[in-house]
Amino acid sequence: MAQTYRSQLIDPLVDDNPITLQVLGICSALAVTSSMQVALVMSIAVTLVTGFSSMFISMLRNQIPSSIRIIVQMVVIASLVILVDQVLKAYAYEISKTLSVFVGLIITNCIVMGRAEAFAMKNPPIASFIDGVGNGLGYGLLLMVVAVVRELFGSGSLFGITILETVNNGGWYVPNGLLLLPPSAFFVIGLIIWAVRTWKPEQVEEREYKIQTVEGH
Amino acid sequence: MSEANENKGLIRRFLDAPPDSVGKTVFVAVALCLVASMVVSAAAVALRPIQDENKLRDKRINILQVAGVYDENTPVNEAFEAFEPHVLDLSTGEFTDAFETSEFDALADARDPSIMRPIDEDPAGLGGQMQAYRLVYLLRDDSGALDKVVMPIEGYGLWSTLYGFIALEENGNDIFGLQFYQHGETPGLGAEVDNPRWKALWRGKKLFAEDGDLAITVAKTPPPEGTDYYVDALAGATLTSRGVDNLVRFWMGEAGYGSFLEHLQAGEVN
Repeated sequence: MAQTYRSQLIDPLVDDNPITLQVLGICSALAVTSSMQVALVMSIAVTLVTGFSSMFISMLRNQIPSSIRIIVQMVVIASLVILVDQVLKAYAYEISKTLSVFVGLIITNCIVMGRAEAFAMKNPPIASFIDGVGNGLGYGLLLMVVAVVRELFGSGSLFGITILETVNNGGWYVPNGLLLLPPSAFFVIGLIIWAVRTWKPEQVEEREYKIQTVEGH
Repeated sequence: MSEANENKGLIRRFLDAPPDSVGKTVFVAVALCLVASMVVSAAAVALRPIQDENKLRDKRINILQVAGVYDENTPVNEAFEAFEPHVLDLSTGEFTDAFETSEFDALADARDPSIMRPIDEDPAGLGGQMQAYRLVYLLRDDSGALDKVVMPIEGYGLWSTLYGFIALEENGNDIFGLQFYQHGETPGLGAEVDNPRWKALWRGKKLFAEDGDLAITVAKTPPPEGTDYYVDALAGATLTSRGVDNLVRFWMGEAGYGSFLEHLQAGEVN
């Protein structure tokens, strides 16, 4: 085993983050990061789904016919997602009202499929579970960072608790409405990727082209 | 076949079979689907009662809130007993006994054909049909006289259908409150329909001008009738505001609760 469980869990947080390095799963990162509470529930949901779907798929990996393996992975993932959705509706009704649509979209989250196909199909269940949880946490960490920026400057609050009193409520802070719209998550994620790659230059991909200097005179 | 292979059990042999054989492919597909569907349906069935309970509770809280009688310390169902539900026939504006009030919500959720009717003009974006019957709630004061009426309203905003309630005073003209319990509008912009400050703007507004025309409007500037009939539109949410304007005017108009409101204004509802 090349990787220890510890590194499997920690690497995806920064060094191998599914969003900043692999640029996967950003669709849902746009949708659910306008408030921290929603982002947190989504992070937990994705972490659970990635972990358990990787584990179940890994348990079945020697039995899954390769001709239908993607469908088999989808069935496992989709069932888990429906479970999460049902549990949220029963025990966190308020949050499920805002999140339900996006929970369904976990099924199409590239991170879940990506870990199932790239890792769980070749590794034992426990390692796959930890790998899934690690990647879910990496996704969640970035979601939370984006949500802090968006909720603080977009609504003037964190976890719904007012930090900057907005003009609408008689305060002084004029909220930046752009941050509440999905495109702003692109900007924030882009800035984060820039920052991370400046901090860790080894994450910068090699150019696919070379700029050639033309000798002139 | 080697002897060792024959000695293994049926399951063992099956597991050892190459996964790519046709038989195994079919078996894995069928077995997985069966297991997955059983897990999912078991969860759905087991959690259904709690989910329904949540939904009902949420709706009731909203009815209590819009009528201004919500108190966090009183159990919701207990507080809700103060309300008197009636099924209203929109075409006559009178209550009907044709449906059980306790079963009406289920019919409405299912858009049962017996309570729906097609509409030609659809300013509220209801999808070409509306409920011809609605469940409304009467609230009485201590002496038993009619105090408030809570009516369900809905309509399309920018992204989603907004579902809510409007509470009117017993005169059928003064608005006491309006709020939505379900919508998918943009957080921070359209979703500001949930902002208590905005909801408070509705209190004391009047539906009908003195000449009897429907005058209430959600707009950026007050209508000629005056600010009594005007709720300021949400900043940055033009389309949601327009949707709310349309749906309020639709439901308070002739196609909606119009004839019921006439009865209310004439003091015929008690």
